[in-house]
Amino acid sequence: MPEFDLQFTLVLLTNGLMIGLMYALIALGFVLVYKATDAINFAQGEFVMFAAFIAAAGAYAADLPFWACALVAILSMVAFSFGLERVVLRPLIGRPVVAVIMATIGIAALLRGFSTLVFGAGTRAIVMPVSDEPIYLGPVFLPPVQLVSAAISLAFLAAFTWFFLRTRMGVAMRAVADNQQVAMAMGINVPRYFALAWALAGIVSALGGVVWGAMLGVDNQLAQVGLKVFPVVILGGLDSVVGAVVGGLIVGIVENLAAGYLDPYVGGGTKDFAPYVLMIIALMVRPYGLFGKPLIERV
Amino acid sequence: MFYRESGVFKTTYATDMALYPLPITKWAVAAVAVLFIVIAPLMLGEYLISILNLILVASVGALGLNILVGYTGQVSIGHGAFMSVGAYTAANLIVRLGAPFWIAIPAGGLMAALIGAIVGVPSLRIKGLYLAIATLAAQLIIEWIINHTPAISGGVQASIEVPRPSVFGTVLKTQTQLYFFLMFFLVLAIVAMQNIVRGRIGRAFVAVRDHDTAAEIIGINIFRYKLLAFAISSFYAGVTGVLYTYYLGIANYEQFQINVSIDYLAMIIIGGLGSVLGSILGAAFVTLLPIVTRWVLEGMGGLLFSASDLLNIIPNLRLVMFGGLIVLFLVVEPEGLNRLWGNIRNYFRMWPFSY
Repeated sequence: MPEFDLQFTLVLLTNGLMIGLMYALIALGFVLVYKATDAINFAQGEFVMFAAFIAAAGAYAADLPFWACALVAILSMVAFSFGLERVVLRPLIGRPVVAVIMATIGIAALLRGFSTLVFGAGTRAIVMPVSDEPIYLGPVFLPPVQLVSAAISLAFLAAFTWFFLRTRMGVAMRAVADNQQVAMAMGINVPRYFALAWALAGIVSALGGVVWGAMLGVDNQLAQVGLKVFPVVILGGLDSVVGAVVGGLIVGIVENLAAGYLDPYVGGGTKDFAPYVLMIIALMVRPYGLFGKPLIERV
Repeated sequence: MFYRESGVFKTTYATDMALYPLPITKWAVAAVAVLFIVIAPLMLGEYLISILNLILVASVGALGLNILVGYTGQVSIGHGAFMSVGAYTAANLIVRLGAPFWIAIPAGGLMAALIGAIVGVPSLRIKGLYLAIATLAAQLIIEWIINHTPAISGGVQASIEVPRPSVFGTVLKTQTQLYFFLMFFLVLAIVAMQNIVRGRIGRAFVAVRDHDTAAEIIGINIFRYKLLAFAISSFYAGVTGVLYTYYLGIANYEQFQINVSIDYLAMIIIGGLGSVLGSILGAAFVTLLPIVTRWVLEGMGGLLFSASDLLNIIPNLRLVMFGGLIVLFLVVEPEGLNRLWGNIRNYFRMWPFSY
């Protein structure tokens, strides 16, 4: 055990919090779709990667400023997920879980191959209009890119919470998530809200793509962040927006602490490993997550 | 298989469950056996036989996964890891203790079955998506453990070189010799699976798949049968891992990563869930897809693209086709190639007097 070093721990903690907020943003896309449509999106990471590719291509090809790239990415992802819901997911309603899982896995492969075919295998950059100088906050320093990304994540998480609690559409979506048949009987157009859920997931993926692309660079490795979604949503509860945030923060902190303290002993790789161990424990103790709704099965 | 009868004339359960529903089935099976055991090795060159070998290995794995996903309805995204468990168990036995193949293969299978059953334990409490994610976690954790434990993985590069198996004192050097070796195990796997799925166990599996609570109420111990499905399926996966290790001559965790789990799931989706013939058709299809893509593009792609572009295009085009086909089959023909084959047969059942 290395000597307990306050500064080192603080750095790990703050990094974990920042990364955690960004995980929460991606996990939100997953939760939105699962909550409303009961579909499981194994292609969330690929959505993020595809959006980042579009944003980067906007900057390269048309020389657009940062906000315009983000806008282009958001619009394209909304159109893409609308189309996807209509063509692929809608025919699969009512089919076994494995069908939906495999369909999204197939889409994941499709997107990964397609993006590399169209945009090339090289790494591209999304440049945020902020300086590279780290900001010092007492003992810890933060790169501005991370701060901005975390701020964007926080802003949109708040916006989505407001959307669900206060707007008519948000309330209707919650009704659909709660019970599709009753929602239908109350005059809610359920298929429309399915499409809306996917469109929202598209927006969130585009934002995730822009912030993650700005931090890590855009290539097909970016899809790997999708693998982090599962521990986050299982921890937080699959159908809970608050759960996505809390789960994201927990996973961010745990993986940073694990990487900082365990990597020297086991030779690396703890960052990808620790969240899944945490998740297995969560599955055994509390399978529906911290904030999820326990499922009662009736026959 | 290749014959047609003019209607359904079964009157007892025994005839419905029979392995050979009509006398001609025996002849059809015999004809297929002759085609693959006598004619194929004589006609094909070493390279084509090596491709057939890959299909044989993949078929064993696809059959196993189909028991779990197709018959019992439990999802597993961790089959790649179960294969690696079998592969490393066998590789260690072979290299350290000089175990012959008839010890290494069952040992690899049993070890994988044990690990698979442990991973299957949560399947009583969680199902569907949760189970899928739990097996995904198992995939990543097993991979990480093997990679970070030199005692298992053999240290550098996490790979162990394995000599070819020797049968009755003859080392199997050529692909054709290996073909007979692998074919023996595939036939064993098919026969075992046919007998599992048409008997008591198989019917219990199907009941669990169709509605597990209802199955429990009619007296099926669902925990036992879910674990059994995981164990049998992982046994097949472990054997696949060992066979693949023999085929490659090396055990390496990179051959059993998550994309392998997904490939096998694609095989049974494309081939047809809950069907023996479908597993094999799917295994052949998914194995041949990248090979044929490469042939076609290397032959004709030079007209359109430069050689360096092709290096980028081939693997990505394969991914696009792979993903596209999975989605296409799921949306258009959910029962897969097996169903397509059945449709063709039904069309010819009364042909040419169909009305």
